[in-house]
Amino acid sequence: MASESLLMSYGLVVGAILISLFNQLKMEREMFSSSLRATVQLIVMGFVLEAILAIEEPLYLFLILLSMCVVAGAISGKRGKEIPHSYWIAFAGIFLGSVVTFGVLYAAGVIQPEAQYAIPLGGMIIGNSMKASSLSLNRLIGELGHQRARIETLLALGASSRQAALNAVRQAVGAAMIPTVDTMKTVGLVHFPGIMTGFIIAGGSPMTAVKFQLAIMYMVAGATGITCLTVTLLAYRQCFTCDLQLIKKFSPTH
Amino acid sequence: MFIGGCLKMLTVANISLVKEKHILKNVSFELACGEILVLLGPSGAGKTSLLRCLNRLDSLDSGNVFLDGTDTRAFPITELRRRIGLIFQAPALIPDTVKKNVCVGPRLAGKNISDEVCQSLLSRVGLESEYCGRNVETLSLGERQRVALAQVLANEPDILLLDEPTSALDPTAILVVETLIQSLHNKLNTAMVLVTHNLEQAKRFNARTLVLADGEVLAEGNICKLMESNANPKLIQFFEGRMESNELKGS
Repeated sequence: MASESLLMSYGLVVGAILISLFNQLKMEREMFSSSLRATVQLIVMGFVLEAILAIEEPLYLFLILLSMCVVAGAISGKRGKEIPHSYWIAFAGIFLGSVVTFGVLYAAGVIQPEAQYAIPLGGMIIGNSMKASSLSLNRLIGELGHQRARIETLLALGASSRQAALNAVRQAVGAAMIPTVDTMKTVGLVHFPGIMTGFIIAGGSPMTAVKFQLAIMYMVAGATGITCLTVTLLAYRQCFTCDLQLIKKFSPTH
Repeated sequence: MFIGGCLKMLTVANISLVKEKHILKNVSFELACGEILVLLGPSGAGKTSLLRCLNRLDSLDSGNVFLDGTDTRAFPITELRRRIGLIFQAPALIPDTVKKNVCVGPRLAGKNISDEVCQSLLSRVGLESEYCGRNVETLSLGERQRVALAQVLANEPDILLLDEPTSALDPTAILVVETLIQSLHNKLNTAMVLVTHNLEQAKRFNARTLVLADGEVLAEGNICKLMESNANPKLIQFFEGRMESNELKGS
């Protein structure tokens, strides 16, 4: 793609800014600054990726992916501040989801331990796992507060913490899996995923693009499923004291 | 180990509970086998907190609770909660059938109860067997309270803790539930602690009464005798309806 073509496509952003200005929507400043920011970020990323993709040592690749998991865990953990050790829980879920998915894809021969595959696919796996972890934590906190009376009734009847929190855990896992499940339901009907579109644009055959897309979709579904379950199952235990009392932070108003 | 010739079941010794403030201050009392104890006091007096401490849904800051002479902290928590059944002010039932709700306690312990047992539990609380298949969402508040009672009875508790079981009911339903509690007590001889803020209700039960205010025990004895005594100005204030509840003070 020629630089002129790229510059012309930025004309669309300029058009949107002009519409905002004309209609006094007061979005022009934010649209301009965010488009500028995206441009700078992507250019920097391009340089960084060139350096990273040159890495051949698997240990360094692992360390890069590990640091991505740490950052994702820290961001996702913030969604569950009310839950003790939420950062560690989010990190554990994201790490486990990513390691298992990578392991299976490697064993199946879908990917090689090379930067060209590991970094972009790692970003996708870790990014999707982070979203799943955040949704799980957020929904779990909401459900524990909302269902406090029911949970305490079950505890008073002699339930263990697992039995008392089962419904809240189910709701949290179900909610966190909605984006993945809905994407799988509508793929090819409502939207054409990025990888497949990119592959076809780059001149690949549609059937090969479909194969790649299916592998990616299974990978994302597997990673989010493992992350949701790990995060929710680790998190609910932290919400009860050793005397099987639901900690006070979870009130219906939460 | 005996209160007036009866075996002591529950001993509460100097218990205190502190959250943002002192909720319970050195509360002590005893409960004998098959006895009804009425816990009377204004809103915010610490009555519900006291019941939650007995069931260990809240942890004590100091003091001890003994069940049959053993500190309740020595019991496995799930076993203790089955032995000391707690019925909440507003029952939070599972949005499912009455039968599923009644069976939940034994099911949590890995036991199944037959349809006959379920029907007999419902008949104990004055509900016909046709209620088994009904969804709890279709029940009135009074009926829901009875299902909650049957739910706890399914665990065959030694002690029943009833937290203002009639506070959300209309006057007719109140009398029905009160009669039900009395008849259950007569039939099962289960020891009960009944929490109420309603002086008239306490009088109707005519049982040993513990008056609680600001987390402290003001007086203990027969409600009619307590009303006749003029010893405690705070008690007189409460009986005359001049005691401001903690919730009102807070607002």
